[in-house]
Amino acid sequence: MNDLRELYREVILDHNRHPRNFGELQNPDKIIEGVNPLCGDRMTLYVKMENKKIQDISFKGTGCAISVASSSLMTEKAKGSSFEEIDALFEYVHEMLTGDPTTVASNLDTLDKLTALSGVREYPTRVKCATLAWHALKNAIVGSDDKISTE
Amino acid sequence: MTSAAELLNLSNLKDISSLRNDFPALHQNVNGKPLVYLDSAASAQRPQSVIDAMVTQDEQNHSNVHRGVHQLSQRSTEAYEGSREKVRAFINAQYHEEIVFTRGTTESINLVASSLGEKILTPDDEVLVTWMEHHSNIVPWQLACEKTGAKLRAVPINSNGELDLNEYTRLLTDKTKIVAVGHVSNALGTINPIEHIISTAHKVGALVVVDGAQSVPHIKIDVQAMDCDFYAFSGHKMYGPSGIGVLYGKKALLNDMPPYQGGGEMILTVSFEKTTYNELPCKFEAGTPNITGAVGLGATVDYLNSIDFDALSRYEADLLNYATEKFLELPGSRIIGTANKKASVLSFMLGDIHAHDLGTILDQDGIAIRTGHHCAMPVMDHFGIPATGRASFALYNNIEDIDRFILGLKESMELFK
Ligand SMILES: Cc1ncc(COP(=O)(O)O)c(C=O)c1O
Repeated sequence: MNDLRELYREVILDHNRHPRNFGELQNPDKIIEGVNPLCGDRMTLYVKMENKKIQDISFKGTGCAISVASSSLMTEKAKGSSFEEIDALFEYVHEMLTGDPTTVASNLDTLDKLTALSGVREYPTRVKCATLAWHALKNAIVGSDDKISTE
Repeated sequence: MTSAAELLNLSNLKDISSLRNDFPALHQNVNGKPLVYLDSAASAQRPQSVIDAMVTQDEQNHSNVHRGVHQLSQRSTEAYEGSREKVRAFINAQYHEEIVFTRGTTESINLVASSLGEKILTPDDEVLVTWMEHHSNIVPWQLACEKTGAKLRAVPINSNGELDLNEYTRLLTDKTKIVAVGHVSNALGTINPIEHIISTAHKVGALVVVDGAQSVPHIKIDVQAMDCDFYAFSGHKMYGPSGIGVLYGKKALLNDMPPYQGGGEMILTVSFEKTTYNELPCKFEAGTPNITGAVGLGATVDYLNSIDFDALSRYEADLLNYATEKFLELPGSRIIGTANKKASVLSFMLGDIHAHDLGTILDQDGIAIRTGHHCAMPVMDHFGIPATGRASFALYNNIEDIDRFILGLKESMELFK
């Protein structure tokens, strides 16, 4: 059970139970759909943007605790961020989940609450759950509104 | 409530439960705990005798089949064709030519959909599948319909996960040329009334293709008594190797069908003007086949022949009943698939804990279950759910496995409290 508490930290369980920015946005600039075919998760991301900045953001959908919490944490972090900041975050999150673990240590301030997801790196089959929302966000700011998939 | 001891008396448990020792993969620790393997519906473990047969083939007999005059080629050909004969007898097909080796159920269905489908379907025709089909019994038919203009229809299911047979009869018309149906649903466990489905279809002149992937390991199959036109199954779901499977087809139908793939083995003569095709079953076995896999499948059939299927049915039913009873004691438990006749598959939801999370948590306890949509998205849509957890019980599982599974679920609930 100790190992599992590393994965399912309190922050994650909390964001899973009470996802932030959950629901549809009125008049979004972008609607992006994300699917994780492996677990059947589907999420829709609603984004309002201006001057290369995320003004408002929300999400809807079903998923496992990791994907719901990650989406929730992502929206909190993304709201008000510039596209540039998001690009950097995307890279850090990716490093934290799949790459060099020291990334977390050297970017604690930037990652902030997102570090709650760092336990996912021990569970390779779950990395896709944690990155789905980030791929959707990246998609929103790159401009393509194609359906995205983690496969 | 039934105790484990009572269950022991209820059925032929002793015989069957000793079979567990035949499966080396089950005797290992996973994440520090003895493995509890409850994912046999995805792929079953293999007994030592099957592994040994494959090793012997590779160590001593390997060569290409049907092509050499030399000793090893003869041995391989004998083993390969010997397996075909074993499979024929196992499902009681009339002729060995009716047994085509494929890569598995998926390839078997694609073969029929492509070869037969494209030959007989016209834009006025319909292909009838069901809402509980595995994607591999939907997509090949969609492709055949796209190519021919025929229409795909689907028989709905009820809230227990049983086929709506009234709707089936209604959807079955003289436009229906092919009925493609699973014998046992992998997502729900439902055992379909296959004889009824087949005889009703035959009345309107439709051919019936049965997806037997989930039935062969649980139910004794007699293709002649069933009178199906095609029956598809996979080695790896019946305690055999992966990459090998079977398409049974009635000889007259197979004879009339064009080849599926072209290449070596399936020809008699080739010139640039005209190629004449080989006899059955070689016509449908282009290229060098999975020889070791076929040999392993033969050994799998030997293994299954040593088991009393009636005792096996009772044993697996006892496991399912015990698991169902224990599972339903958990708060927030919900079973997806409560058909009257069910194979030993427990598809479930637990409170609002997502199946994927349950899968990870159980894995930490060394318990392997399947999570997700089980390649049956229409089933998930029908029940309005994204995914389920699925524990499937095989001949080597036992009461302790189920107790560990239930304990793991309780721990999950604790963690997500
Ligand atoms: C009912 C059913 N049909 C078809 C298949 C496909 O079998 P295979 O992947 O061996 O081709 C499966 C396996 O997942 C199944 O459960």
